[in-house]
Amino acid sequence: MIESKTLPTRYVTRPGEIRTSSGKTLRTDEMIINMGPQHPSTHGVLRLEIVVDGEIIVDVIPHIGYLHRCFEKHAEHMSNYQQVIPYADRMDYVAAMNMEHGYAVAVERMLKLEVPERVEYIRVIMAELQRIASHLIAVGTFGIDAGAFTPFLYAFHDREHILDLFEMTCGARLLYNYIWVGGLSHDLPEQFVDKCKEFCVYFKPRIKQFNDLLTYNEIFVKRCANVGVLPKDVAINYACSGPMLRASGVNWDLRRDDPYSIYNRFEWEPQVGKGEMGTVGDTWDRHIVRMREMEQSVKIIEQALEGIPAGNVQAAIPKKIRPEVGEIYARTETPRGELGYYVMSDGSASPFRVKARSPAFVNLSVLPEISRGGMLADLVLIAGSVDIVLGEVDR
Amino acid sequence: MTAEEIYNSLKAKFGDAVLEAKLDALQPWILVASGRTKEIAFFLRDDPVMQFDFLMCLSGVDYNDGRLGAVYHLSSMVHRHKIVLKAQCTKENPHVHSISAVWGTANWHEREAYDLVGIVFDEHPDLRRILLPYDWEGYPLRKDYKVPEFYNGMKVPY
Repeated sequence: MIESKTLPTRYVTRPGEIRTSSGKTLRTDEMIINMGPQHPSTHGVLRLEIVVDGEIIVDVIPHIGYLHRCFEKHAEHMSNYQQVIPYADRMDYVAAMNMEHGYAVAVERMLKLEVPERVEYIRVIMAELQRIASHLIAVGTFGIDAGAFTPFLYAFHDREHILDLFEMTCGARLLYNYIWVGGLSHDLPEQFVDKCKEFCVYFKPRIKQFNDLLTYNEIFVKRCANVGVLPKDVAINYACSGPMLRASGVNWDLRRDDPYSIYNRFEWEPQVGKGEMGTVGDTWDRHIVRMREMEQSVKIIEQALEGIPAGNVQAAIPKKIRPEVGEIYARTETPRGELGYYVMSDGSASPFRVKARSPAFVNLSVLPEISRGGMLADLVLIAGSVDIVLGEVDR
Repeated sequence: MTAEEIYNSLKAKFGDAVLEAKLDALQPWILVASGRTKEIAFFLRDDPVMQFDFLMCLSGVDYNDGRLGAVYHLSSMVHRHKIVLKAQCTKENPHVHSISAVWGTANWHEREAYDLVGIVFDEHPDLRRILLPYDWEGYPLRKDYKVPEFYNGMKVPY
């Protein structure tokens, strides 16, 4: 059955029927196709069970859990709140800094702990660098999904610069264990500020180049516009967040609307989709929102680099943290959207319950809703525009 | 709206379905009857002064004293307020009414809570396991969970 209240109607025919040019009606049958779990365009191990009528998608049933490691059970078994951080890293392995940041914010709020100014500045710089790195992967692989291979190499080339900065700071390129509860594992190395400024100068023209190469490419625009439209009310009802939500025209960014850290000190604008090439909330809008967010992140980094105060990088906290009995839900904005940690404490040194509300998990749940009535070939593109990281979907 | 106002209007509207509240907590919460979550959720979403349009998170919890709980974190994009709703049930009778008709996002969250904690959400349209294999036995996030030695004849490496 192809029934859709909100979706583009251009492909929708009456179920089970095709009308030929001579006016005859032919009966059709539905078919089930499996996509994944080992499929290059699923960005990991995701299985999509697709019901198609000819080339038209009737339904999509995502099967997830191939990367499930039960992060939440691990967290309960830690003997210290700090020990959860390396596990948080491994949830979203392309935006590990943001995952750590979210957890640190949650526990610090529980402890009612103020971290030193210097820490906040460095955290913002790291989180925004990571956002750029993650968006570069997102737009690069999205290009591949659309059939453009070259931009992917450009994106990975630029991402290397960011990973070099991270490596310089904490020795790791992917999973950092850098942002700790109450502070950071290391201070910044001496040359970091200069190198980071260098990167900002280098990167700004690269965004334009990338846009010329991919974003405004005629073929790419035609491929993406009006595909996988996510209307505003559906996006909110499904609690989509991040670029996914903003592309649908909702001006909502937790960095501004539910402030944490020191984001309110900087000048920047959340980016929303405007439907420039087609409909508000189509795949092209999701792409352009990511591109523009990178510009904004550079802006934030430049301002933060100017203002880093001197000082400690660890607040004075005991080795074993014991928050009071209670619970908290703290949310932060990762490249994929709202990352929430629901942490419960029973007064002991290990958390009673840690629930991670991962943005990609929630964003993926709207996939059937936005693919129904579209073409099978577009599904690759739609799934790519959601920007899922399966490590985080499955936790 | 403050948590107290939300609690008062819920109490006025639903009476004994609103069981308990802790308004001086870090994040104030309201405990409601597990069988009536759906109507309360509809009210919270649609009432013009509430307008909780965004279900941030839904978590299943094992309190380790025979109770299981579903915790709903709600926020409103319009009025910028938040509230935590809770519903509890016992391990012997783990039933909570589903709210996936109210917020679409609850569908997967409830499947996850069913999968890992073992709360059965009544009237859920598609209550299957989501993260674990469909034939997995037990609910890992329960405090008394024991890792099985074998799964389908294969040794579980742990």
